[in-house]
Amino acid sequence: MTKSVPHMRSRINKSMFQDIMSMTFKRLNPFYLQKNPVMFVVFIGGSLTSLICLRDLLYSIPFHEPLWFTASISFWLWFTLLFANGAEAIAEGKGKAHASSLKALAKEIKAHRILKNGQEEIVPASELRRDDIVKVQAGEFIPSDGEIIEGIAAIDESAITGESAPVIRESDSDRSSVTAGTRVISNSLLVRIIANPGESFLDQMIHLVQAAKRQKTPNEIALQILLVGLTLIFLIVCATLIPFGLYFHDKISLTVTIALLVCLIPTTIGGLVSAIGISGIERALRKNILAMSGKAVETAGDVDVLLLDKTGTITLGNRMPVEFIPFEGVDIKELAKVVQLSSFADRTPEGKSIIEFVQKNYGNFIDEKDIANLTFIPFSAETRMSGCDNKSLSVRKGSCDAIQDFIEKKGGKRPSNFAQVTEQIGLEGGTPLAVAQNDKILGIIHLKDIIKPGIHERFKRLRAMGVRTVMITGDNPFTAQTIAEEVGVDTFLAEATPEKKMKLIMEEQAKGYLVAMTGDGTNDAPALAQADLGIAMNSGTQAAKEAANMVDLDSNPTKILEVIEIGKQLLMTRGCLTTFSIANDVAKYFAIIPAIFVLSLPELEALNIMHLVSPHSAVLSAVIFNALIIVILIPLALRGVKYRPLGAKSLLARSLLIYGVGGILVPFIGIKLIDMLLVNMSLI
Amino acid sequence: MTLMGWLQIGFLFILLFGLTKPLGLYLYNIYESPSRFKILSTLEEMIFRFCGIDKEQQTWKAYTFCLILFNLIGIIVLFLIQTTQHFLPLNPQNYPAVPWDLALNTAVSFVTHTNWQAYSGETTLSYFTQMMGLTWQNFCAAGTGMTAFLALSRALAHHATDEGDKTVGNFWVDLIRSILFVFLPACFIFALILVSQGTLQNFSPAIDVTTLEGAKQTIAMGPVASQEAIKILGTNGGGFFNANSAHPFENPTPLSNFLQMLALVLIPAALTYTYGKITKSSSHGWALLATMVFISLLGVAFIYYFESQPNPLLNHLHLNQDLGNLEGKEVRFGIPGSSLFANFATDTSGGPANSMYDSFSPIGGLVLLINMLLGEVVFGGVGVGLFGMIMFVIISVFIAGLMVGRTPEYLGKKIEGKEVRFAILYVALYPLVILVGTSWSILAPYGLSSLQNLGPHGLSEVLYAYTSATQNNGSAFAGLNANTPWYNITLALAMFIGRFLSIYLGLAFAGSMVNKKIAIPNAGTFPTQGMLFIGLLIGVILIVGALTYFPVLILSPFLENTYLQMGKTT
Repeated sequence: MTKSVPHMRSRINKSMFQDIMSMTFKRLNPFYLQKNPVMFVVFIGGSLTSLICLRDLLYSIPFHEPLWFTASISFWLWFTLLFANGAEAIAEGKGKAHASSLKALAKEIKAHRILKNGQEEIVPASELRRDDIVKVQAGEFIPSDGEIIEGIAAIDESAITGESAPVIRESDSDRSSVTAGTRVISNSLLVRIIANPGESFLDQMIHLVQAAKRQKTPNEIALQILLVGLTLIFLIVCATLIPFGLYFHDKISLTVTIALLVCLIPTTIGGLVSAIGISGIERALRKNILAMSGKAVETAGDVDVLLLDKTGTITLGNRMPVEFIPFEGVDIKELAKVVQLSSFADRTPEGKSIIEFVQKNYGNFIDEKDIANLTFIPFSAETRMSGCDNKSLSVRKGSCDAIQDFIEKKGGKRPSNFAQVTEQIGLEGGTPLAVAQNDKILGIIHLKDIIKPGIHERFKRLRAMGVRTVMITGDNPFTAQTIAEEVGVDTFLAEATPEKKMKLIMEEQAKGYLVAMTGDGTNDAPALAQADLGIAMNSGTQAAKEAANMVDLDSNPTKILEVIEIGKQLLMTRGCLTTFSIANDVAKYFAIIPAIFVLSLPELEALNIMHLVSPHSAVLSAVIFNALIIVILIPLALRGVKYRPLGAKSLLARSLLIYGVGGILVPFIGIKLIDMLLVNMSLI
Repeated sequence: MTLMGWLQIGFLFILLFGLTKPLGLYLYNIYESPSRFKILSTLEEMIFRFCGIDKEQQTWKAYTFCLILFNLIGIIVLFLIQTTQHFLPLNPQNYPAVPWDLALNTAVSFVTHTNWQAYSGETTLSYFTQMMGLTWQNFCAAGTGMTAFLALSRALAHHATDEGDKTVGNFWVDLIRSILFVFLPACFIFALILVSQGTLQNFSPAIDVTTLEGAKQTIAMGPVASQEAIKILGTNGGGFFNANSAHPFENPTPLSNFLQMLALVLIPAALTYTYGKITKSSSHGWALLATMVFISLLGVAFIYYFESQPNPLLNHLHLNQDLGNLEGKEVRFGIPGSSLFANFATDTSGGPANSMYDSFSPIGGLVLLINMLLGEVVFGGVGVGLFGMIMFVIISVFIAGLMVGRTPEYLGKKIEGKEVRFAILYVALYPLVILVGTSWSILAPYGLSSLQNLGPHGLSEVLYAYTSATQNNGSAFAGLNANTPWYNITLALAMFIGRFLSIYLGLAFAGSMVNKKIAIPNAGTFPTQGMLFIGLLIGVILIVGALTYFPVLILSPFLENTYLQMGKTT
């Protein structure tokens, strides 16, 4: 559903490449690395082996191991770190590229700031503060995110959404927000600025993709604790291996112990965990979702219940007529004529679609002469009718009870089967509109919701993910039921009011469910705040946006499905790489343990099932594999493990097979290949 | 291996499955609705009133404080009984006071549910010490294990309340109820059954006899059955005699052996059902039992197979070794009866022995070590076994939760950083104590001097000692002279840490889980029952265990086995 926006696709260009390289090296800084304990252990290992090399260069007798070996191990340990840093830098670079392409729009714009005394001054957009009022005229760009306080205008948002059709933004409505960098096409607006420089949604988002600034999410912290725990266990294992060696009269060198330690600790996930987190946010950004926090994206993956407004989300915004039902004694043509007359002044999308329907099926009944003699009564929310009058004639079209009142006032009576016909339409999920001429109801227009194409599949997918969907609609329960069944939502809330919606959210939460919803209006704001995940439409009011955890720049409510998938993907990628990382250790033991004891306990050669050529090649191959696997997995970390809505069981079985069993087997092959390569190239 | 052997083993497991539900239900009822049991609950009320227990609900902190305090006092009292036993009654052999380091070791050993015995009971301790000291502590230690389990499972089942109710029960109530409702009646019946099989129960002094060959022999006497019952049912393992369940006065017949094996795993197995009931997830309880049974069967299959093999070192003697490796085993139990007993002794934290584990084949010994090293979560000690199993479940569901793309949750409660920290510390605690203790002992001369064998078997012996102590098992690879100040003190420390620090971590975990909301599972939630979960849990337990202990196990039993196949020992 989301269109890809060509100019926003990030490509790694030359300057970005330089940025990434410099970040990669700069972050070898121990103060930076200590935030990631697993990689910090690698740093200490690399430093110690480097010191041993230095010592060996100064003294002629090497420290336990030949110099070339210690140097190679040291070299690859540093590379392990660089690869991990590189992964993070690439993820960050990509994220920043997206964010800054959005941000670049707002640069260099001049704003007309209205001063307290009513005078205008021209200032650069970057100097605008919260609550400043600016005037934006046709052809100008919106200088900073804001809310329209006066005026209505057509705005070209294509720079952000990629959608070329202009959108209408209007003060005091649910579509009062404007975004920096979009262009006003018609009219002029007074806009109140809502964020200080550097505090806009976009700025917040940029923080989320910066490794040094972003906050770890709770789930990431939990994983980190697990990884630190595993590191601790392996530290104990490796440290106590030295005394065990001594018991068998074998002095295990520090270099080999460090090599074993680095191979065993979960460097694969430890090195990629930051990149995974950043690229999760970046994927959201790529879908034009601004998340207020990394936690919000993760929460999305846990959503149990999803509240969706019917109108605009499940159905197209406007209903369309599907048939005219004349009452007894009324000719269909005559009805069609009255319908056209009465709808002529109805400028709502529904009114327009009714006229189109008449013209398409019954031809045109109105010519210029007629119009001149008629007084048109436009549709209004109060009367819920539209129509036209002249001396002898009064036609109306509108909601059934309004029309009924209308004819009863004139002394008319409704047809005997009126209630039956209207109820039937309601049962079918449609909306009946009555058509009257003077004191007589001629017939009924059957209006129907047009369900968005493809929505049925989306609900199926959501159900497979374990998400329950609730349709929110102002319709009566019968209509709601029919539509709910037709599109395949699980339940519905009919005759919804903001209070009812809020109550529903709280009830679901009390049952232990995590609730997500989308909204745009100010009256949605409390519900958006109450929901565990609230996504506000970018077109919505400021209040709605502030209450939400995410803002969708495309204002497309069905995008929530993709947000949920991004959240799930984020966790899955972490889980799968953790499993892979731990499963890898089996092969590494088989490579290194027999190598360590080759001299004192040659009997352990039986464990060398990979038939690695020499102890040195075995240890080195394991270390090289451990470093290279990080590089190989960078694309997966950035892209995320593919999510399939299969249900938890089959999803897990699948992942366990690929990353668990695969994680055990792959290093056996990889280490053996590296060993063969080292030997064939006479490096050993 | 024989068909009869496997039938014995299979019959026991079937019986175990059959008894799990009724006993588990009984346990559930006594803790959740004790008033159903009129006589016992009246008795209980009297005890509560006498002791001034107000049954107030405690938070995990208060609960843990009482638990540790009660056990610390237990250590002090037991230490004093041993060091003053020559002044106390029921000492017909006039045994002197126990030396302080041995007394400390024994006190910690029995309080921590380990029952590591660096002494021979029949030649060191008076009947008073055995009964009022050791048997009493056997009941208390088993009861303590139950309390830890109860607090944890209540915390997991507790629905979050707005008032932030974080209580997990009352330690004193749980302890007294465990002893009064569970262990005392069960042991009373079991002791009588053992007596019917020929187990001793008297206060007679040892009998000096002249054998047919004219040699003088002292035959030890004493109140054996009463201690034997709780030793087995409470998964304590400390025998009245040094030979433990191999001694004909402790475990006289194949039937008594069968019943002892069953009794050893009965309560830990039944608790899986109780746990399922408390947390309203019976199928999860069964899944845990299935996991335990699978790992246990795997273990016994290995032991039985390798003990059925001849010892290659004896090949040159041209002995008939058709029956397998019978060295150190009682003929009345045979290979299957010894293999299963040894497997259960190390699966649980019981650690009794009806054969000499030191004489097991290297792979047989390896399995015993692994059983303990995995954390004694397969059945495990009464209460604490399941307690440890839940920590592994937490780690399993954490990884599985991530892999299915949901914030990990267990029984509907979210697992976050704090909970992962307690669970992984719980898992990391054991290798820390075991590996550091072992490596220190094999380097230091005062540690090394206790070794009978050098080479891999010597390492196995020391590793076994620290494993057994830290995991509160108490079984021993004889061959190591553990009655030295170094081993007495460090093993006591290992036992203490292995018992109370782990309970502390588990209860701290309970404390952070207690007031969490319980979410209702949906199609995206990873189920904690069914084959996939069982497979995952088995995988996590075995892989974590294997990765942690791979090097040291390669250097001890594995290397020994390699040597053995080559016909040498070092």
